Amino acid sequence: MHKDHVNLDALMYKYRDQKGALIPLLQEVQDLEGYLNPDTMRYISAKLDIPVAEIYGVATFYSMFRLKPQGKHIIRICKGTACHVSDVDAIKTALMDYLKLGQGEDTTQDFRFTLVEVACLGCCSLAPVIMIDDHTYGKLTPDAIAGILDKYAY
Amino acid sequence: METAVEKTIIKVGLASCGIAAGAQEVYDRLEAYLAENPLPVQLKQTACIGMCFEEPVVELSGMPQGTITLGKVDADNIIPLINEYIQGGTPASHVILAENCDAPRNELLASQQRIVLSNCGVIDPTSLEDYESQGGYQALRKALAMTPEDIISVVKDAGLRGRGGAGFSTGVKWSFARVAPGDKKYVVCNADEGDPGAFMDRSVLEGDPHKIIEGMIIGALAIGADEGYIYCRAEYPLAVHHLNIAIQSATAKNYLGQDILGSGFNFSLKVKEGAGAFVCGEETALMHSIEGKRGMPTIRPPYPSESGLWELPTNINNVETWANIAWILLHGAEEFRKMGTKDSPGTKVFALAGKVAGSGLIEVPMGINIRDIIYKVGGGMKSALPFKAVQLGGPSGGCIPESLLDTLVDYESINATGAIMGSGGIVVMDTGTCIVDVARYFLNFTQNESCGKCTFCRLGTLRMLEILTRITQGKGEMEDLQRLEDLAMNINKSSLCGLGQSAPNPVLTTLRYFRDEYIAHIEEKRCPAKVCSALLSYRIVEDKCIGCTLCARVCPVNCISGSVKNPHVIDQELCIRCGECFKACKFDAIVRE
Repeated sequence: MHKDHVNLDALMYKYRDQKGALIPLLQEVQDLEGYLNPDTMRYISAKLDIPVAEIYGVATFYSMFRLKPQGKHIIRICKGTACHVSDVDAIKTALMDYLKLGQGEDTTQDFRFTLVEVACLGCCSLAPVIMIDDHTYGKLTPDAIAGILDKYAY
Repeated sequence: METAVEKTIIKVGLASCGIAAGAQEVYDRLEAYLAENPLPVQLKQTACIGMCFEEPVVELSGMPQGTITLGKVDADNIIPLINEYIQGGTPASHVILAENCDAPRNELLASQQRIVLSNCGVIDPTSLEDYESQGGYQALRKALAMTPEDIISVVKDAGLRGRGGAGFSTGVKWSFARVAPGDKKYVVCNADEGDPGAFMDRSVLEGDPHKIIEGMIIGALAIGADEGYIYCRAEYPLAVHHLNIAIQSATAKNYLGQDILGSGFNFSLKVKEGAGAFVCGEETALMHSIEGKRGMPTIRPPYPSESGLWELPTNINNVETWANIAWILLHGAEEFRKMGTKDSPGTKVFALAGKVAGSGLIEVPMGINIRDIIYKVGGGMKSALPFKAVQLGGPSGGCIPESLLDTLVDYESINATGAIMGSGGIVVMDTGTCIVDVARYFLNFTQNESCGKCTFCRLGTLRMLEILTRITQGKGEMEDLQRLEDLAMNINKSSLCGLGQSAPNPVLTTLRYFRDEYIAHIEEKRCPAKVCSALLSYRIVEDKCIGCTLCARVCPVNCISGSVKNPHVIDQELCIRCGECFKACKFDAIVRE
């Protein structure tokens, strides 16, 4: 069984009286453990009497949920329209080069960074934009990437 | 001197866009400076005034020279700038707006009409007192003395139409929820602003959360709801934060909670964070998501007004719609109708982005034409390249060419072009933007975001995307255009929700207005905007090449040969058209064709 029972139980207790709390619950579980692993989902299913298929269904539907371990820092690349026409793809290439990620890979081997694409960060006038953890960087050029990522230690 | 200085107020715009541009560093620097140098100056935070292209923005007021707004400040220059102001000066180099003299952006602001954005960039969004000082919660007091039917009549008479895109009459929607049988009803605010290129709702949520809350309380009173949800996308952490602060302070002052202001009316409000799914902007999907389920749309009827959240009557409106309510109640339907057109009264907030000089947020009366939005309010084109198209309404909308720029901004006129009003995202494109690539971009987006329930939306969009990708790679054929149109019609007819029904719009409008560009890709294997890399070739102009060898060194496939100080040559067979040599050459000796 699971090693973090106490924390999981506390979270489930917190949401016990709230209707429709599965999504915020899973969000907090993910904050706690970094991702949603199958054991955790089974544990929640048994405890809350929600079919595990339903939990998995929710976890796979929303892009915020991750089913694999992720890096310490999350880099979100904005794929909004304004960023697209401002060549955000060149920024992505620079990021992938810096992080030495191959096609289809999103997390660095040392788990320092995970790179994800998001629909729009809503900072269109600063396009192209990326967000690292909670900080947004705008008006980027491929040359600026190394200087920014160097600030994020492991 | 002393007394004048005492009144100086410094407001730093700390919305997401400002913070991304470095406003937090400016604020921190000011805070540290004022701690060391105790000047009688008050430092405040506000949100976004809408001039994102000038961020970080700081407003200074209280001195005899009047209120001025500074743009493009940074942590290094802010201290001398405020000192100049405090000493009675006006730092001309950075002034963008000024109360008492000419300033470069005065006209941009004057050309707008602000109801929804009236407090954005003016008040501290975390302060209830600031909101109250601007007449906040007066509309609620007025509404509490009215009957629900009277409130609905005012909203109906005002002719307010849903600002989320579809344009349905808000008052009529409310009346459906009002008459729906049941004791328990809900109101919901759709703040799942997912259109890429749109950030109106974010700015209002961050900049004036109480305005939305006040609108929702009035709406709840009108339909008889006692519980409400604001469904906000999780990519907007600052908006969620400000909403939670606002709900807390409004509850403490009994604008929310039990027996509101002694009226006997109860209403509580919660923020629900989304988890990243564009389709949740569709109202039935949104409600399933609030219930903690997969956000998949269901068939209407029954409409949410009869059977919504937990199958109870629910009224759902978008952020901007809710933000209009307090103004309408306070000023009356007649005043509201003085703005805009007969069938689309009021104002509309737009998010201007792309290749326009004044990117940011604007609020203009309905009935203005698109040309004026771009060239007057938006300050014209940013780039040296000429205008090509304007994209309205995001992935559900369409691209409008130059010839239709005089189209008026009202629901019917915009629909007639094949685009839609949508939530208000306007992305301006210049001739450096490839229209086929833009259509492919949107299809890729909707294809990714399709929830998978309807076959045509799930697979039809994928087939369309494959065709568009083929065209951008120079492998298209003329029959593809017909295939795109057939698929588009079928997807539109056979999809359950708005996402699928409108997914083909970007392709249909570009096929209608920019067909030549599709044909250039297919027949001539040429991308007129020089964007589609597979259709480009690079060549070195012998006369211009001085043989510096830089291009040969940056080429990832070593396809450039030549000796030092002699013109180089690109081997077209080996070239992968990455463009690195083109970017690297300092002598314009490489041409892209």
